[in-house]
Amino acid sequence: MVAIAIEADALSKRYRIGELQAAYGTLRESMSHTAKRLTGQEHRRGYEEIWALRDVSFQLEEGKALGLIGRNGAGKSTLLKILTRITTPTEGRAEIRGRVGSLLEVGTGFHPELTGRENVFLNGAILGMKRREIQAKMPEIAEFSGVERFLDTPVKRYSSGMHVRLAFSVAAHFEPEIMLVDEVLSVGDAEFQARCLGRMEDINTTGRTVVFVSHQVQSVAQLCDRVLLMDEGRIVRDGPSAEVVAHYLQSATGTSSSQTWVAEEEPGDDLVSLHSVRSVRADGETADYADVREPVGIEMVFSVLRDGPPILPKIKVVAGGQIAFNAMDVGPRSREPSRPGEYVATAWIPGNFLNEGLVTVDAALCTIDSPKLHHHVSIHEAVSFHVQDPLEGDSSRGMFTGQWRGVVRPLLDWTTREL
Amino acid sequence: MSTSKIEAPSPPTTAGRPSAEPDARSDRTFVIKPASRAPHLDISELWHYRELLQTLVWRDVVVRYKQTFLGVAWAILVPVFTATVYIIVFGKFANFPAGEVPYPSLVIAGVLPMQYFASSLTGSSLSLAANLQLVTKVYFPRALLPLAAVIVPMIDFIVGLPVLIFLMWLYGTWPGGPELLLAPFAMALALITALGAGFLLSALNVRYRDVRYMIPVFLQVLPLLSGVMYAVEEIPVKWQWILAFNPMTAVIANWRWAMLDASAPDLGQTAVGVAVALVVFFGGLAVFRSSEPRFADTI
Repeated sequence: MVAIAIEADALSKRYRIGELQAAYGTLRESMSHTAKRLTGQEHRRGYEEIWALRDVSFQLEEGKALGLIGRNGAGKSTLLKILTRITTPTEGRAEIRGRVGSLLEVGTGFHPELTGRENVFLNGAILGMKRREIQAKMPEIAEFSGVERFLDTPVKRYSSGMHVRLAFSVAAHFEPEIMLVDEVLSVGDAEFQARCLGRMEDINTTGRTVVFVSHQVQSVAQLCDRVLLMDEGRIVRDGPSAEVVAHYLQSATGTSSSQTWVAEEEPGDDLVSLHSVRSVRADGETADYADVREPVGIEMVFSVLRDGPPILPKIKVVAGGQIAFNAMDVGPRSREPSRPGEYVATAWIPGNFLNEGLVTVDAALCTIDSPKLHHHVSIHEAVSFHVQDPLEGDSSRGMFTGQWRGVVRPLLDWTTREL
Repeated sequence: MSTSKIEAPSPPTTAGRPSAEPDARSDRTFVIKPASRAPHLDISELWHYRELLQTLVWRDVVVRYKQTFLGVAWAILVPVFTATVYIIVFGKFANFPAGEVPYPSLVIAGVLPMQYFASSLTGSSLSLAANLQLVTKVYFPRALLPLAAVIVPMIDFIVGLPVLIFLMWLYGTWPGGPELLLAPFAMALALITALGAGFLLSALNVRYRDVRYMIPVFLQVLPLLSGVMYAVEEIPVKWQWILAFNPMTAVIANWRWAMLDASAPDLGQTAVGVAVALVVFFGGLAVFRSSEPRFADTI
């Protein structure tokens, strides 16, 4: 039987809006309200209440990494604050088995007057490290941060970058059995972020239990085995990270992996009309997400209504906010005049070509009206799918697990030989 | 257990876990549930966090003297200046009663514990608000913050003691005997009172920042009501009993008895002071503990 590290049972947290808005008032206000209430001039203020968290239950096995994603205010951070015991739930309970470490912010408690070294001790103690432990790790921490030379300088003279580096280094060398992490990767420059991500991966592979909250869905997908999607304080989806992340990204962009139109609403004109668009795997299944190494097909089903010029199905692939490429049917059929009938066209995007992340595809049916391309049908963001790298070492990133930029990520033939 | 790499046979519950630390209590289970209404102080938890307490105290002490030119000397200069003013104004012009003790010794012996109390009370009352970032981002027993804040001024107090010892030497008034053992007790009473009030006020300060402005006013009057610049036993008995409700009166009277061989304070009056101190402590603790779960939400 697998041991359970975290068990949450119907956790709920209620806030009064008043509590959130007027974080603190003055004694006078409070007294005058009480006085008015006693004399009947004012009724007890009916606080508007919101449930920041509602009936959240889940179990997390030891050694697993769980990601929490969702929009702002979905309850991710509240859940984490309850698990870290910073705040208490209004209802429900949870059990956590093991030494817990939380990282809701890097550099918590850093004091500007203290030197880098002193702050490492302070911050470490605040995180829950023993002094001996910090002492033993000091050289490593200093090296990872890259600010060794300034360790005995007060932190107030550090640049903000140095500050963050040192802070993250402490956090990265903190090794509890259960790690609760909130949004800490969004600091520092890209190169440092990549190192941090690598470090998180290390943590992950040492069998530590991790709960990870981030807006950077990409890193959640990469680090976690399982993801909870939250909305309005509830868990709306719970499953393998690839699946949940794809669902989240698609719903965030309002796209999906297939679109079908009913007969009278089919887009088109007197020449063609489009029935459906799907992203598919090699086996013909609709694909919300795709393994980066596998090909993905964009399938269009359409009718040609009369004889006419050759119909050219065309796709525009957008990844990371940029046009990756346009592609048009150039097969034998693209040269023949079209004849009425039903057709299915599938464009196969090869495996090991697109980079990780959400890919949206515009679909169009065109004819050449020299020198222009005439779009008979053009659907913006017709379908989308999420490209995921299972990080097994045989994709074009090899053994590297950090950030990998680029719209596409082809696997090239490398010949390296000794001269 | 040593830190060797060889896997020691471990109990089945911890098998396969990373052994981050040999003495890590990896079988610790935390239960998270809605805050209970009944306040209590979890001593074993405080003990578990003792290193953090040390670190917080160390931080405050280091930071305090880091950017001051005179550094630790302030711990001597402040009571000396205050005492000098008192000696001139109350001793020379107003002729306050000193009893059988030289007036400067009497005043310094009053000023030192009073300084300690004033810094402790201010520090602990503002401790939660001053460490807002910690309170909202990390868990630890919140009681550590006021607790650290009443330990830090103890350092100043100890540094200031030589001033009193110098005066004892100057006037030849040495401690009379076994009552010297009462000295730590008197300071403990000051600590408990300051901590209790600090618990209460820091919890209030989370919600009402008025506390910050109230404390200085209170601390301006307090020396007059604690017998800092006069010997309590020299004033009318009726007034003595009223002052007895202020635990600092008992602190200072007993401290003088212990250190200066002054006349012994009335036991009944001391008992009243101790009782009030205990009420303040447990009352403050109860308020603190019951509002603790909401600190992070309201601060």
